[in-house]
Amino acid sequence: MVKNTILGYVKIGALAVFMVLMSACQGVALLDPQGPVGIQIRDLLMIAVGLGFLVVIPVIIMTIWFAVRYRESNTKATYKPHWEGSLKIEAFIWLIPIAIIVVLSYLTWVKTTDLDPYKSIPSSEAPLRVQVVSLDWNWLFLYPDYDIASINKLVIPTGTSVTFDLTSATVMTSFFIPDLGSQMYVMAGMVSHLNLLADNTGTFTGRNMGFSGKGYATMNFPTVAVTTEQFKAWTAEAKASPTPLSQDQFNQLNKPQSNYPVTLYSSVEPDLFNSIVAKFMTNRQVEGTKHGESEKTATTVN
Amino acid sequence: MFGRLTWDSFQIHDPFLFAATVGMPLGVIALVAVLAYFKLWGYLWSEWFTTVDHKKIGVMYIILGLIMMVRGVVDAIMMRAQQAVALGEALGYLDANHYAQIFSAHGTIMIIFAAMPIMIGLMNLAVPLQIGARDVAFPALNSISFWLTASASILVMLSLSIGEFSTAGWTGLAPYFEKEFSPGTGVDYWTWALQISGVGTTLTGINFLVTILKMRAPGLTLMKLPLFSWTALTTNVIIILSFPALTVALFLLSLDRYLDMHFFTNDLGGIVMLYANIFWMWGHPEVYIVILPAFGVFSEVVATFSRKYIFGYESLVYATVVIAFLSFTVWLHHFFTMGNDVNVNIAFGIATMLIAIPTGVKLFDWLFTMYRGRIHFSTPMYWTLGFMVLFAIGGMTGVLMAVPPIDYMVHNSVFLVAHFHNVLIPGALFGYFAGLIYWFPKVFGFKIDEKWGKVSFWCWAIGFPLAFFPLYVLGLMGMPRRIEHYTNPEWQPLLIVAGIGTVVITAGIAALLLQGWKTFQDREKNADPTGDPWNGRTLEWSISSPPPVYNFAVIPQVTARDDFWVQKEKGTAYPRPEKYSDIHMPKNVPYGVVIGAASFFLGFGLIWYIWWMAILGALGIVVTMMVQGDNDDTEYVITAEEVKKIEDAHFERLAAAGVLSGKPRNANQESHHE
Ligand code: HEM
Ligand SMILES: [Cu+2]
Repeated sequence: MVKNTILGYVKIGALAVFMVLMSACQGVALLDPQGPVGIQIRDLLMIAVGLGFLVVIPVIIMTIWFAVRYRESNTKATYKPHWEGSLKIEAFIWLIPIAIIVVLSYLTWVKTTDLDPYKSIPSSEAPLRVQVVSLDWNWLFLYPDYDIASINKLVIPTGTSVTFDLTSATVMTSFFIPDLGSQMYVMAGMVSHLNLLADNTGTFTGRNMGFSGKGYATMNFPTVAVTTEQFKAWTAEAKASPTPLSQDQFNQLNKPQSNYPVTLYSSVEPDLFNSIVAKFMTNRQVEGTKHGESEKTATTVN
Repeated sequence: MFGRLTWDSFQIHDPFLFAATVGMPLGVIALVAVLAYFKLWGYLWSEWFTTVDHKKIGVMYIILGLIMMVRGVVDAIMMRAQQAVALGEALGYLDANHYAQIFSAHGTIMIIFAAMPIMIGLMNLAVPLQIGARDVAFPALNSISFWLTASASILVMLSLSIGEFSTAGWTGLAPYFEKEFSPGTGVDYWTWALQISGVGTTLTGINFLVTILKMRAPGLTLMKLPLFSWTALTTNVIIILSFPALTVALFLLSLDRYLDMHFFTNDLGGIVMLYANIFWMWGHPEVYIVILPAFGVFSEVVATFSRKYIFGYESLVYATVVIAFLSFTVWLHHFFTMGNDVNVNIAFGIATMLIAIPTGVKLFDWLFTMYRGRIHFSTPMYWTLGFMVLFAIGGMTGVLMAVPPIDYMVHNSVFLVAHFHNVLIPGALFGYFAGLIYWFPKVFGFKIDEKWGKVSFWCWAIGFPLAFFPLYVLGLMGMPRRIEHYTNPEWQPLLIVAGIGTVVITAGIAALLLQGWKTFQDREKNADPTGDPWNGRTLEWSISSPPPVYNFAVIPQVTARDDFWVQKEKGTAYPRPEKYSDIHMPKNVPYGVVIGAASFFLGFGLIWYIWWMAILGALGIVVTMMVQGDNDDTEYVITAEEVKKIEDAHFERLAAAGVLSGKPRNANQESHHE
């Protein structure tokens, strides 16, 4: 009877804690992900934290327990000033961390392969390609499949694997949409890749994670995940924009400035993305920068 | 004539910098005047600046490190204050450029000019005494190392008033730090400060490696070496092997910046990630350079205050060596997100996790040293216990980030900032504090004030989680590091908590300084006539406090691990030699100060393109080295009679303190109460 009530309280308590944690997780982007990459990494994080706690919690408990039990004033406790070691305990304290790290290494092996940012994500829709150019201090998005472009606003359809080709027209930056998953460095003269997918519609903040100077803190952009139909409508809206992204227009964008107002471009100067990459590549082979190419070698160009 | 240096280079437009620009020279002038008034210059020059005594050099290193730490903390407070308010429309009081200088200076200072000097200072204080040596292998070189570090610190401080500091972080960022993007003097201040102090550190590494390998007392085999000296040994090996990488990385950067080459530029064949690779080949080992000696301190402290042999001495030695080795195999974890081949990330991820194994072993060894001990809770033990609890957490978050996909999410976020503070503050700083307090009575001859020490500990122990645990959550919310301003209102409450934590930590630093002051005030009351205030175990406690210049009148013959403890148990401690011999000691030399000054001018000249000054500085270094090489008059003799007089006085004090009974002194009887 008493036991049942206690159990009941424990259940209610656990539920309450769970609810609090869940509500706390809202706003904590990494614990409340909006796409499969983020979800898998969150689960991996939870398992790794669990494994870590296997060592951390005993260490903390033992520290406090031993400190209290073997305090000087407690003359009742055993005192063995000459005790220097014990093979059994030593074996134990080497084997426990080894066991945990072996498990974690295995997980690392499997999950790092699974979550390779260069791997496209299986989805029913054909993947969407977006070329990303990091500027000082704005983000330019080119949609080669639609011949449109947008600055400081990324629109993607849900349920569709998005393949980002990333390059920088200036210093190195890092492209990250915390709600969706992995970040990737963005470097001049080369193209790195990233694949993400949004399960749910919504607006998620994307940002630069690599310090790049004066305008770095505000180098953010809304990532708007919409349904496929809405996405179609948006591309049409872009097509209807009065401004094309000509070379001239790009040169205007490619100047140190912050918070450039969101603008859609109805067309894109042919080969603009490749020319941005190639600009830094005098005397070098342009390699792995062709459309759709996602070979690993591309990132560490030559 | 003065290169890029013009009147406009002096920072007088910003109120903070104005205070620094006007205040610092005034402060220096005032200090010079006060010292002159009390006729202290002669004393400082002959007893301190030119000294080659490792104990005094150690003290100078530690004072330098503590001063720079205070500067680093001021930077931290400014950043925390800025981020606590800079939401949305509120831009705070620092602009982006200023904030970037502050985080860059804070990181550089805390690691290179606070942690390293305190660590090297502790090595100077303790290593020769622990191994039964009269000095380090190359005493004059030791002085040069110190003055190089001091001159580099002055360069960093000077960047506050003249010109600016780097905005490219403590690591440097390619290609952002190239002239095209960062044309000012900031990056050059950073480069040359690191280069000059790096030379000093490399020389220290060589000096102490040779000292530990060649100057141990007879019988003190490596497997009897006290654990602090063991960690010092490994740290010096890491220094020697890793610092050249830093030197090369910075040298190539300088070729880019000064001679328009293209190692790390975007264009003309430069490779930006090459910089990151070379830098972190030093950078990762560097964190073990600062942490391993602190681990050594914990080993000494936990055994001494548990009144017990260290548990698993050999495990601890092997764990240290394994960590040192692995520290060279993991550098790539700093850029998992550059788009590497998956297998590369897996290999470096697993290599990184492996370090958790020997580190975990160490934690358990310290725990089992406490187990069945009789723990005396003095301040060093407080720091050790605080370390064990907090470091376990910081270590775990490090392992999390070693899993590449997890790193893809938290890399460059404040989660990372929380992690490295969570290992560096408990792991390195707490260890240094423990070591400072532990060896303080040895160096000065009086015990420390426990009360303020404990207040300081509690401020850090409470302030630390307040200041840094919120950053873990903020990191999971996607907050990047190095931003001076943000728009997400959900971040602000946590940033305010972090600010409050910083205030508590600051109170901890104030308490620490107060502890120093109190200790100094009560020095007569707390005098320690025995030289062994903690009931110590290793050789340094067998001699007087402060030790005589020559440390050991007769070089001891070591027979066991924890030799002094064994002697005390057998009743053979404090043997009185039949006779003394003359002792040759190295003479004080001015070369260290001169080379330090010359390297300052070399650095300043290079930073400001004042070529004649740079050339004079370089010449100054070369000429001083030649003069020094030509000097054969390097030793003086302390005669046997003088030694006898000093030692007799010590034995009198020992007798008065009642420790010369010849009987086993300690009541270390085993007891069983199950
Ligand atoms: C006194 C307590 C301390 C506080 C409150 C503090 C606070 C901070 C803050 C606010 C940042 C900048 C975070 C960002 O926006 O990127 C930072 C960066 C850093 N801190 Fe500390 N810190 C403290 C002590 C230390 C210590 C003791 C060390 C090293 C031994 C250290 C090493 C660093 C490093 C290396 C950086 C990175 C700098 C960079 O981004 O280049 N800090 N710290
Ligand atoms: Cu590292």
